[in-house]
Amino acid sequence: LRIVVLTKPVPDPASGAERLGPDGRLDRAASPSVVNGNDEFALEAALKLIEAAGEGEVTLLAMAPANAPETLRKALAMGATRGVLVTDPALEGSCAVSTARVLAVALREMEFDLALAGVDASDGVGGTVPSAVAAHLGLPYLSYASKIEPDMASRTVRVRRISPTGYDLLEAPMPALIGCTQSLGEPRYPSLKGIMAARGKEIVTRSLADLGVDASTVGGAVATTRVLESHAPAARAATEIVRGTPYEGAERIIAFLSERRVI
Amino acid sequence: MARLWIVGEPGPDGGLARISTEVATLVRGLGESNRADVTGIVVGADPATAAAELATYVPRVLAITDPAAADHAWSAAAARHVARLADGGDAPDAIFVGAGPDGRDLAGAVSALTGLGVLTNATGVSWSDNGATVEMSVFGGKLLTTSGFVGARGIVTVRPNVATAAVAATTGTVEPQVAETPAELPLVKVVERVAEAGAAVSIDEARIIVAGGRGVGGAQGFELVEKLASALGGVVGASRAAVDSGWIPYSRQIGQTGKIVKPELYLALGISGAIQHKVGMRTSGTIVAVNRDADAPIAEFADLFVQGDLFEIGNALLERLSARSG
Repeated sequence: LRIVVLTKPVPDPASGAERLGPDGRLDRAASPSVVNGNDEFALEAALKLIEAAGEGEVTLLAMAPANAPETLRKALAMGATRGVLVTDPALEGSCAVSTARVLAVALREMEFDLALAGVDASDGVGGTVPSAVAAHLGLPYLSYASKIEPDMASRTVRVRRISPTGYDLLEAPMPALIGCTQSLGEPRYPSLKGIMAARGKEIVTRSLADLGVDASTVGGAVATTRVLESHAPAARAATEIVRGTPYEGAERIIAFLSERRVI
Repeated sequence: MARLWIVGEPGPDGGLARISTEVATLVRGLGESNRADVTGIVVGADPATAAAELATYVPRVLAITDPAAADHAWSAAAARHVARLADGGDAPDAIFVGAGPDGRDLAGAVSALTGLGVLTNATGVSWSDNGATVEMSVFGGKLLTTSGFVGARGIVTVRPNVATAAVAATTGTVEPQVAETPAELPLVKVVERVAEAGAAVSIDEARIIVAGGRGVGGAQGFELVEKLASALGGVVGASRAAVDSGWIPYSRQIGQTGKIVKPELYLALGISGAIQHKVGMRTSGTIVAVNRDADAPIAEFADLFVQGDLFEIGNALLERLSARSG
């Protein structure tokens, strides 16, 4: 079972230091980079699938600046077999359209049964890139997965897709691309052994020239969208703290909500 | 004249999804104030009901019958028609769709097939000669941005509750369309649609959310959360700690790896308000927290923080609320 996990390095949401640069693009130097949360769930699902199959490998695929290996190392320590990093100065400022296209070109070169990705990333939360990558490659896209069941004998995969009223059971032939959610299970912590092993694992770097992508078709110069203006939301007023009996607390909540015409 | 499209998403019983009624209202408003042409698009195995409903919001609806939509996932089945139409003679200046799972899946596929850019999770949209200008919130509500398309055309996904759904003064026309050969896109078979208890009301769209966290202590504790939600006319949400403990389904989770919500009232019971949860609810209108621990992070960003036992205070609140309504 060969699985590729699309892995996006994102600014650490816990750092509170995320910001945009003067050009309206993400300022990557402002905050430490981590593997996107939903991609970690995808990786955990991939590792469980190869463990259940008793064989297989998990390859990380990232498109990111050249310093991304530091971030990918944790994912390798969790148990991924190797990493492929698409990196090129010309990719800076790429919008979702060219990002999806470049990821698709890189994925096309790889051999896999399943490609897994988080349904969205914690920085932009757009959630359109996995679906676009699948469309570029003509792969079935099974999204919002809470359970993944590949059947190597029939070369099909079944996925539970979270729906507003429960779930839809989806089925598609492999290879397929799957959008992953937290419902797949908590990511494991890297073991000491895993951390040691990750140091020796390979991260292959691919440039646009390696992929045969024309550098003039990607990057900030041909981005389809741009940020015109940005500002911090208005600060919330100071918190009113209430201590007292439960009834006093309840009374204050009701009065507070009535004052604000919420109830 | 600019052309604006709204793609209607499927709702329960062959009708239109609630998000689509809101997006249609928003787009009709943009069309009216900017003399733009507004067209609704519905794709389905039997699109008549949803198309008729969409026509109560916008002047013109194309109803595309595609038998494959009956037992295949909607987004790919619809995206191939939308992409085909968008590459045709009456190419749209903007395509609007909801920012939920179906809308995002459709937007990504149409973007790949047409090369159109996507502005996501719009909380406000305006229109000018340069096309759509879209307000959105990034980094978990830490920053608000205004963005536009380079080259003026593109796809916009719209958050719930951006517009209040309101039907038009006159009902529009429905034009049944025979599906021409759609763009190439593999379909995904739906083997079974399974309903699960407790998944009925979407937390994305709720005006009031009562959320429980680790402090609720167990599935039984969520009974109080449910009762309070029901007394306030709201729905139940949860922190990741409560979901991971199996007390409540993932569909209720708010935060970095769950839903991002913006209700008028967020009542947090036994939720500490760690950053991973905060990013999912910090933009709520009013935040009220009940927590035993005065040092919990939520005490710093709630509007009202009541320190104490959530069961004692919650039950007192229930009593007072039922006395009010009684």
